[in-house]
Amino acid sequence: MSSALPASSPSARRVALVGNPNSGKTSLFNQLTGSRQKVANYAGVTVERKEGRVTLPDGSHVRLLDLPGAYSLQATSPDEAITRDVCLGQHAKEARPELIICVVSASNLRLHLRFLLELMQIGCPIIVALNMMDEARRQNFDIDIAGLEAALGVRIIPTVSLRKSGVSALRNALAAPPETPPARDAAPIYAQVDALMSQYTNESVAGDNQLTDRIDRVVLHPVWGMALLFIVLLVMFQSVFTLAQPAMDFLENAFSRLGAAVVTPLPDGALHSLLQNGVIAGAGSVAVFLPQILVLFFWIIVLEESGYLPRAAFMLDRLMASAGLSGRSFIPLLSSFACAIPGIMAARTVQHPRDRIVTIMIAPLMTCSARLPIYALLIAAFIPRHIYFGFIGLQGLVLFGLYALAILSGIIAARVLTRGAAAEEHILMLELPPYRWPNPRAVLIGLLQRARIFLTRVGTVIVSLNVLLWALSCFPPPPVHATQPAISYSLAGKIGHWMLPVFAPIGFNWQICVSLIPGLAAREVAVSALATVYALNATEDTAATVLGPLLSAQWSLATALSLLAWYVYAPQCFSTLAVMRRETNSLKIVARTALSLFALAYIASLLTYHMTRFLGGA
Amino acid sequence: MLTLDNLLPGHSGKIAKVQEVGQEDVVSRRLKELGFIPGAVVKILAVGPFGRDPIALRVGASRFALRRSEARRVTMESQDAPSNGLDEKESAAL
Repeated sequence: MSSALPASSPSARRVALVGNPNSGKTSLFNQLTGSRQKVANYAGVTVERKEGRVTLPDGSHVRLLDLPGAYSLQATSPDEAITRDVCLGQHAKEARPELIICVVSASNLRLHLRFLLELMQIGCPIIVALNMMDEARRQNFDIDIAGLEAALGVRIIPTVSLRKSGVSALRNALAAPPETPPARDAAPIYAQVDALMSQYTNESVAGDNQLTDRIDRVVLHPVWGMALLFIVLLVMFQSVFTLAQPAMDFLENAFSRLGAAVVTPLPDGALHSLLQNGVIAGAGSVAVFLPQILVLFFWIIVLEESGYLPRAAFMLDRLMASAGLSGRSFIPLLSSFACAIPGIMAARTVQHPRDRIVTIMIAPLMTCSARLPIYALLIAAFIPRHIYFGFIGLQGLVLFGLYALAILSGIIAARVLTRGAAAEEHILMLELPPYRWPNPRAVLIGLLQRARIFLTRVGTVIVSLNVLLWALSCFPPPPVHATQPAISYSLAGKIGHWMLPVFAPIGFNWQICVSLIPGLAAREVAVSALATVYALNATEDTAATVLGPLLSAQWSLATALSLLAWYVYAPQCFSTLAVMRRETNSLKIVARTALSLFALAYIASLLTYHMTRFLGGA
Repeated sequence: MLTLDNLLPGHSGKIAKVQEVGQEDVVSRRLKELGFIPGAVVKILAVGPFGRDPIALRVGASRFALRRSEARRVTMESQDAPSNGLDEKESAAL
């Protein structure tokens, strides 16, 4: 993986950024490295590896590795294990850092000092970045920095990650030769922390963060807190659709115009079609999701940075525990209703590794919006417009049922995946950091990172798959005196026929089989694919109106219901699987998820098809 | 025996002990690392809206959410009722 390569020459000094979660480490990393960052996953685990390049005052560089936040070197999570292994020089792929910058939050000094003392025992040179000095000052919390520096024997540089002054002091300190801290006495760390706190701070008279307490009185309130959470989620998901829609329309237009501009000069033929339908349409089908992903991640980053996200997890923890998960899984799952791709990416906020994997695996069961066109087409064509009690429509009821079925299946799947040995005691121990204004720079860098990851990694996979699908549906070309639509002569058409023995038992004909193939690239395409197979030269909008009557004439109700059931579970589009692969770093998990979804879809369709026929809906 | 999960919202108390459950108890070790040590003062900030679980609390200058099963490991010396809205300094000085 190219992005796992060091950001600069291998001879540059290796510096690691270590600190407690919520110490402001990431903001500091952003300040020090700017956008010269590379993000990848550590091999074999889903923990993010972030490295950036820091330019020193003399123009030379150091490589700064941002290690996952940890409370202790006694690791309790894969994140913390990485931090421990790298710091101790035990990591298989990562060389031991030559210098550690330990980020300590001044506003939470007691907790963070403990970790610093633990780090100082490993014998690696350390510089301390005493962060969030502004917050400490607001709380009238005084720290005798010079005294603490002398007592610890390490350089302490006060920083405010929003401002430049501390950051340049930190850069200067990086240029100096590293000094190993003196050996500490053997007293238990907590006794040392107590001694240091009482000698060098005014902790006992310090006011607490009353603003945070006041906000929490509302945010954590069983009634007002829930109401607020509901509003936040509503605004968040509304904006994912409303704010992103114009940008998505724009991108869609741009891609079709680009397609036209690029291919018009070319003669009709294979190259023409490859560029237009394979490459540009393929890239476009991925890129249109970008605005949604950015809007969603804007909210997630802002909520995380402000300190609200852990509170939301607190409010929902018990509810999610009934599915064997924790509160943290709620947002990724909810966002999967828009699209599983940002949902799976949002699962990064789930710290517990098993929960994260389970969240990712059940995210595809949350009905994504791309399935709506199919639902709409089939419901309109096959479900009568009965109205019960004057206001409950049968069509709406069916749609609701499809969503409910998916959610219920998700809960059951989560329960199954978290059962047995995996259901060992679950640690919540969630830190609720003080509320803070999100740092605009951190938000921007976070969004840029998400955009880059999404477009490069996923984009390449999707474009190549789209080209493959294009080739399958174009070759071999139809004979000269073809009487049927081109697709029935193509490999895709042949594959459709080959698939028939598998899918005939659940009521699918070969045309449906063919439409399943491009549906793997993007759900929305399934409708237009059906139109293509039924030789309708129609756009997606009109396809639904023209295709509907045609299908209701040709298919049985059992077939239609079976296809609906299929799409409740249907193995995910390739984009989702590609993101899943990226986020879990495991083909095994992807294969397991895809196969179980396939099995679920098949069983659901089989039951639906035969029950409908049995009940007389042949 | 008064354990942390019995403390009422708004009330605070001083930690007596963190019990270990089983041989190598990761949870109690982590609790100690997070500052749940004998003598530390804990204040209950809120309880979850469903089943009063989890518990939001403050220990030292940090706030945490714990599940009741985790909080049960922490034995308290006593429970102090909230005196008024501005009891923070007093309980910190205890």
